[in-house]
Amino acid sequence: MTATVATPKIVMKDVYKSFGSKHVLRGVTLDVMPSESMVIIGGSGTGKSITIKSILGLVRPDKGEVWVDDIRADKVRGGRRDDLLDKFGMLFQGGALFDSLTVWENVAFRLRRKLGKADARDAAIVKLRRVGLGPENADLFPAELSGGMQKRVGLARAIADDPEIIFFDEPTTGLDPIMSDVINDLIREVVTEMGATALTITHDMTSVRRIADKVAMLHDGVIQWTGPVGALETCGDPYVDQFINGRATGPIEALR
Amino acid sequence: MALLSAFQRFLAGIGASVLGLLRATGALSIFAAQGIVHCILPTWYWRETLRQMMRIGYYSLPVVGLTALFTGAVLALQIYIGGSRFNAEGVVASIVAIGIVRELGPVLGGLMVAGRVSAAIAAELGTMRVTEQIDALTTLSTNPFKYLVAPRLIAGVVTLPILVAVADIIGVMGGFLVGVNRLNFNAGTYISNTVNFLEAGDILSGLYKAAVFGFIITLMGCYHGYNSGRGAQGVGAATTNAVVSASVLIFAANYILTELFFTA
Repeated sequence: MTATVATPKIVMKDVYKSFGSKHVLRGVTLDVMPSESMVIIGGSGTGKSITIKSILGLVRPDKGEVWVDDIRADKVRGGRRDDLLDKFGMLFQGGALFDSLTVWENVAFRLRRKLGKADARDAAIVKLRRVGLGPENADLFPAELSGGMQKRVGLARAIADDPEIIFFDEPTTGLDPIMSDVINDLIREVVTEMGATALTITHDMTSVRRIADKVAMLHDGVIQWTGPVGALETCGDPYVDQFINGRATGPIEALR
Repeated sequence: MALLSAFQRFLAGIGASVLGLLRATGALSIFAAQGIVHCILPTWYWRETLRQMMRIGYYSLPVVGLTALFTGAVLALQIYIGGSRFNAEGVVASIVAIGIVRELGPVLGGLMVAGRVSAAIAAELGTMRVTEQIDALTTLSTNPFKYLVAPRLIAGVVTLPILVAVADIIGVMGGFLVGVNRLNFNAGTYISNTVNFLEAGDILSGLYKAAVFGFIITLMGCYHGYNSGRGAQGVGAATTNAVVSASVLIFAANYILTELFFTA
């Protein structure tokens, strides 16, 4: 190992967010190192989505700090915010493809500002091929694609401009087990080959084991445990233990 | 004691709804101001703006044209009935023209477009909100106000006057057809009566109204769609609210504008 002490790519310090009387985040603290694949696990409605949205500035935290490199992500506005967002790619849970645009226009959305139409289209087709879609899909509209194909297009759009940081919001939700595996593989591959920092939120344990370097367990608005994925089974944390084994009884109260 | 607390609850209810109204007015004002700022400041998405002009303006032509045609025709009949009671049948041509151009062209055209366009905008933006497409725009470093709201506002303000100008012509033609074929006016006299008594101010005031209505229609569609609630129900409510508020605001703005042009 080298002796250099790497600084984290993303830092969340004691982040709070409430919606009315609903306290979603109650002091989330999290470091994500460069080129690391961090996965946040936790049940539905525990604030996983709000966590990544507060890093992107889609949600403004009530309290706490969010840093991306040396930029205060929760405070930045205007042109500096655009520069910050240029570092990111995001795969949304439902794909969030623009349904008025064709597949290639979706993938090349960000590239269109730098490139002409023909070049942007070519670049989009390269990225589509990277996620296993042939050029014959380029001129289709998102509504004409299956769920799995939409996820691939979403992934192609997320990686189109070679971002430094990629967020994956429930990448395998709604897919069959085989397609989930394909998407997990793709995520692992693109993150590794691009050297990007990845932050994924999921409750799919297969996904976690396939794509995570490190895992953070979010419950009750705080990170209950973080550690390498290898330590997941043996960490002894009661929350993690209950979650990864899918037990209805334990410290996490299940509504029934 | 029970009476006092019931009275307090009553007052609290009034207060809550007044506060809610003020909050909504404030939110809408901020939304409108942001929308206008993004219309004025660069960068502009021209391709998107042109596309919206086609959708809002061009594709509304049949609806607005038919509305104007029948309105002009009905107006000719009604004014003939009214006019004949004091032997003033001769005013049909000029009153039809003034009525269409000053009032019915912009208002009825605006209402038809409100039903068509603000509902469509609200449903589209609402669905984009619900399916996270608006968030996706932001993560792709694209300001949703610039990309979604500004093109629609510009398209509304630019195309509505053009639509209403077309509606004016078709409406007057509707009156002409009824006047000549049904009421046996001389075609030449009808046309010269129309032209001679119509002033530029009549036409322009109608077109100014149309521009304001275009802004109201697209603003209501954008505002309700952008702030749509979750799920199919949220989008449905956004669509209804957009049409209702656009229609009511058109009537309110119409009175204020007419009052302005009246004193001027």
